[in-house]
Amino acid sequence: MYSEKVMEHFTNPRNVGEVEQADGEGQVGNPICGDIMKLSIKVEDDRIVDIKFKTFGCGAAIASCSMLTEMVKGKTIEEARTITNRDVAEALGGLPSVKMHCSNLAADALQIAIDDYLSKKEEAQNA
Amino acid sequence: MKRIYLDHAATTAVRPEVLEAMLPYLSEKFGNPSSVYSLGREARRALDEARATVAALIGADEREIVFTGGGSEADNLAIKGVAFANRHKGNHIITSAVEHHAVLDTVHFLERNGFRITILPVDEYGMVDPDQVAEALTDETILVSIMHANNEVGTIQPIAEIGRILAEKKVYFHTDAVQTAGILPINVDELHCDLLSLSAHKFYGPKGVGVLYVRRGTKLEPHIHGGAQERKRRAGTENVAGIVGLAKAFALAQEEIEPSTAKLTALRDKLRDGIAARIDHVRFNGHPTLRLPNNVNVCFSFIEGEALLLNLDLHGIAASSGSACTSGSLEPSHVLLAMGVPPEIAHGSLRLTLGRENTEEEIDTVLDVLVEVVAKLRDMSPLYEKTPSSPLP
Ligand SMILES: Cc1ncc(COP(=O)(O)O)c(C=O)c1O
Ligand code: FES
Repeated sequence: MYSEKVMEHFTNPRNVGEVEQADGEGQVGNPICGDIMKLSIKVEDDRIVDIKFKTFGCGAAIASCSMLTEMVKGKTIEEARTITNRDVAEALGGLPSVKMHCSNLAADALQIAIDDYLSKKEEAQNA
Repeated sequence: MKRIYLDHAATTAVRPEVLEAMLPYLSEKFGNPSSVYSLGREARRALDEARATVAALIGADEREIVFTGGGSEADNLAIKGVAFANRHKGNHIITSAVEHHAVLDTVHFLERNGFRITILPVDEYGMVDPDQVAEALTDETILVSIMHANNEVGTIQPIAEIGRILAEKKVYFHTDAVQTAGILPINVDELHCDLLSLSAHKFYGPKGVGVLYVRRGTKLEPHIHGGAQERKRRAGTENVAGIVGLAKAFALAQEEIEPSTAKLTALRDKLRDGIAARIDHVRFNGHPTLRLPNNVNVCFSFIEGEALLLNLDLHGIAASSGSACTSGSLEPSHVLLAMGVPPEIAHGSLRLTLGRENTEEEIDTVLDVLVEVVAKLRDMSPLYEKTPSSPLP
């Protein structure tokens, strides 16, 4: 049921773990199946230089996170903002329709991590 | 890579002896049992013999055996058949929360069609309490359906005890014995049941063929109309080869129950003890002793079942899970939830069901792979590092 690309990322997931002294963190729970996804990012000059994930989720969730981290690494915050779950699913060669929400999880966690980074930055500037 | 098949509760491979018995009825002995010429009579004889074999194996009369297109059809025929034929007597049906969907979805269909349904809870082991069955009976109760053993967690229900209560109250009693056939002895009088479902592909027979035992005198409304086959209880030209295969497979399995139980129990205990010794934060599901000899159902905390299955598959191991992510409906196993397993724990559930060709070496391999794969997934889990030493909920 999964594409080769999904299985490849599932078998060898990239960027698993947590970035040390992260500049932003995002965690989302999946209301549909109960899974959890956590992303942490390191930002330098508004560019995401490192990103890592952890997940308590299915094969599609693991592959989506892994793919997302590859897509995001090296991108500016502005560029990363535009990445949607469809982009992730497409890059994976498609996901079964019941598994589309798993890629949502990855995309949502990224947006939350970016929000977290921006609010921390603002706090720092105001401080 | 050698394949290791540990999903015998899902289905089994047709045994060579069974295939051999079936083949002539797909080729030279292709007659229709309803035809009068010798080719037809030959098929009829095979059908009669298969019926006699099955009847003898479960302590029934040949006239009480209805061949169906599988276990789901047998369950549907039992429940809808009794419900619609006995509507004048009452509209209440009792079943349990851990039944197979072939039973649960059928009673829910009946509920939408004017019947009243009671779904009994189970205890932490997935066991139905016979006293609760007795208490749920009303003057309107026409049927109780409780499975012989559960397909997910392997718990064996007190069918004989429930059957005795219902026989006294003259309420029809159906049991789905799909998971016990070929594994436990089955005798319809000892179980005190009026209807009993079997499915050939769970005991090394072909898929798409099953049996509904219907005790003499049971009023049953057929739901496939047409010819007069199966004493008008199931129309359609009989699946002769399938039925011959079912009877052969059932006879072989029932003959071998003793040695096969000993073997399966030893392998199962080795598997369970190995998991318990080598992996922490695990929870075994189902009754500790009143359980099928071939079933291990275990939850690994902090990880998700589909990811576990896919990893096992990469090592050639076939198993199944009650995780929400594998279910299509994205809901965790109704059986585990009914037993009070928290959804997040049910998420990491794994069902390993053994069969006649499994070996000790295979169990050793599976244990090694499980240790590795569970560790890999836990390393990836945001829940694991937060609570590495917390006790299970
Ligand atoms: C307990 C139980 N009942 C019914 C069925 C359905 O049987 P079948 O696959 O032959 O329709 C199964 C297996 O899928 C089962 O495990
Ligand atoms: S994360 Fe649960 S179905 Fe994918």
